Amino acid sequence: MSATDVVLEVRDLVKHFDVGGGFLGGERALVKAVDGVSFSIRRGETLGLVGESGCGKTTTGRCILQLEEPTSGRIIFEGRDLTTLSPAELRAARRRMQVIFQDPYSSLNPRMTVGQIIAEPLYVHGIVPDRRAREARMKQLLGHSGLLPAMAARYPHELSGGQRQRVGIARALAMEPSLIICDEPVSALDVSIQAQIINLLEELQAEFGLTYLFVAHDLSVVRHISDRVAVMYLGKIAEITDRKSLYEDPQHPYTKALLSAVPIPDPAVEAGRERVVLGGEVPSPLNPPAGCVFHPRCPIAIEQCRLGVPELREIRSEHRVACIRAGGGLP
Amino acid sequence: MSDVLLDVRDLRTQFVTSSAVVRAVDGVSWDVRQGETVALVGESGCGKSVSALSVMRLVARPAGRIVGGRIVFKGRDLLELSEEAMREVRGKDIGMIFQEPMTSLNPVLTVGRQLTEPVEIHLGMTPAQSRARAVELLTLVGVSDPERRLRQYPHQFSGGMRQRMMIAMALACNPSLILADEPTTALDVTIQAQILELMKGLSRRLGVAMLMITHNLGVVARYADRVNVMYAGRIIERATAREIYANPRHPYTLGLLRSVPRLDEPRRSRLDPIPGQPPDLSRLPAGCAFAPRCPYVIDRCRTEAPALEPVGVDHVASCWVAKDLDKTAVHG
Repeated sequence: MSATDVVLEVRDLVKHFDVGGGFLGGERALVKAVDGVSFSIRRGETLGLVGESGCGKTTTGRCILQLEEPTSGRIIFEGRDLTTLSPAELRAARRRMQVIFQDPYSSLNPRMTVGQIIAEPLYVHGIVPDRRAREARMKQLLGHSGLLPAMAARYPHELSGGQRQRVGIARALAMEPSLIICDEPVSALDVSIQAQIINLLEELQAEFGLTYLFVAHDLSVVRHISDRVAVMYLGKIAEITDRKSLYEDPQHPYTKALLSAVPIPDPAVEAGRERVVLGGEVPSPLNPPAGCVFHPRCPIAIEQCRLGVPELREIRSEHRVACIRAGGGLP
Repeated sequence: MSDVLLDVRDLRTQFVTSSAVVRAVDGVSWDVRQGETVALVGESGCGKSVSALSVMRLVARPAGRIVGGRIVFKGRDLLELSEEAMREVRGKDIGMIFQEPMTSLNPVLTVGRQLTEPVEIHLGMTPAQSRARAVELLTLVGVSDPERRLRQYPHQFSGGMRQRMMIAMALACNPSLILADEPTTALDVTIQAQILELMKGLSRRLGVAMLMITHNLGVVARYADRVNVMYAGRIIERATAREIYANPRHPYTLGLLRSVPRLDEPRRSRLDPIPGQPPDLSRLPAGCAFAPRCPYVIDRCRTEAPALEPVGVDHVASCWVAKDLDKTAVHG
């Protein structure tokens, strides 16, 4: 891929949270929320970032947005390393990068009308200084998000969950971003509404050439919307490849277990399905296992898995797996 | 029908607000037979949780009130019991598991105390007996090192472990029925699979019947024997799990099944959502509540509410066009 195709490149991203200790002579403790994550996203593409709670997927998104300061690593957005920019430069660069949150209710100001919520960034960032033009642009953004112009006068509490998420989307679009980080954008919505929002995100992507980082735990939804998918476990990427390879030929034992745990809404299919039920739980990121972080739960772990941290290696073109036993590795 | 354990007939539960009466459960009938798993499926606000709370008579007063119907459990109408008699039923004959275990566990009592208290109260066990029972229960739900775990507090348990503890508490007094309200919704996918397998296994082994309340059609497919689909306070379709997925007859059920992407099917270029929004329960339309969102709507739907009618063997649906649905089905 040529460098100009890449909208976002994350290189060796590390985010450790200091969770106290030291006081009363205790040991200092570090949560390794993100521990050496690298990936890139091409223009117009959707990268799905999946994993269970605590795997670091949301923190990765927040580091990209510079809502968290990375401990180390580089975040190169449209050719510029965000970690080296001055606050003013960062503010300008960040306009091109927006976020849609899981819970649209807590991310909308309850005392502002829908119209004010969408028009505010246009004013604050001086994108549309003229009040009349701003009003027109706001109505246009409502339309893009599938809301009627009359919605502008409503308050967030008067809207349904799906409508609120549409407002969140309109607000993100207002900045004319190239990249939108979607952090669990449909998981708080009812099933019948989820499909509406997913279709809307896809339509907007096609219309405005948007690039998405789609952070989610629902593997069925991620398959639907993503071009490529990265699976995270305990702060690291376990596997990253294109959608087809990940879902049809997963190589990491964790990816396999995740896929087999997804229930299929059809009893006839479920009855004949073999299921890999993982034992145990995700270990604490305060004290991750030595060697491969997945080895205590892994059905195919061997002695070597305990000893060394597996590198994310390319087993085929564009298919990288952090498992020494995957794809013709150790038997 | 001697094997019917819980028989809910024409249940109506309302909430009165300053401006409106919300008919959260509006004339709903369903039953649970001994040892079987029955699902109540629907989206938020459809009345599925209020149905379960009504069975336990835990609808929050004074706003909420059960205004009609019967809830016959083992031959007794629970709505006619005294509050004292009802306390005997709750936790002893009928156990409950909630979505968010942290809010339903007592944070200042040890796990052990929360397990021993119900068996001492309901079964009259001595402290030594109840302690042994607590160890037995934690072992049953797959918590390792139960002796040590009993001395811990809920915050020292992970989400999955807390849900195992909730299951242990629900099973403590050998109930014949467990009401599980979104038991795995707050859990991660791999932990969800563990908990569901555990619940199914225990229900089979101990012969406990289960009412599972969920919005997740996938969960229901694997674990329920019969499924009730609710919409706007009413049951709109009921059948065995196999039948309802293979042959859905209500446009809402069909819409729900079509709107979710499935891992076992080829990826579609577009999803088929149900258009519109779920209705406001205080301002329901005349006729069928689903009519404004229904692709198969006919004039009659807007004026006359359809009743649940048989559409197959052990299969009922409330829809004027249910019988012709497959002829008009739009394959998308």
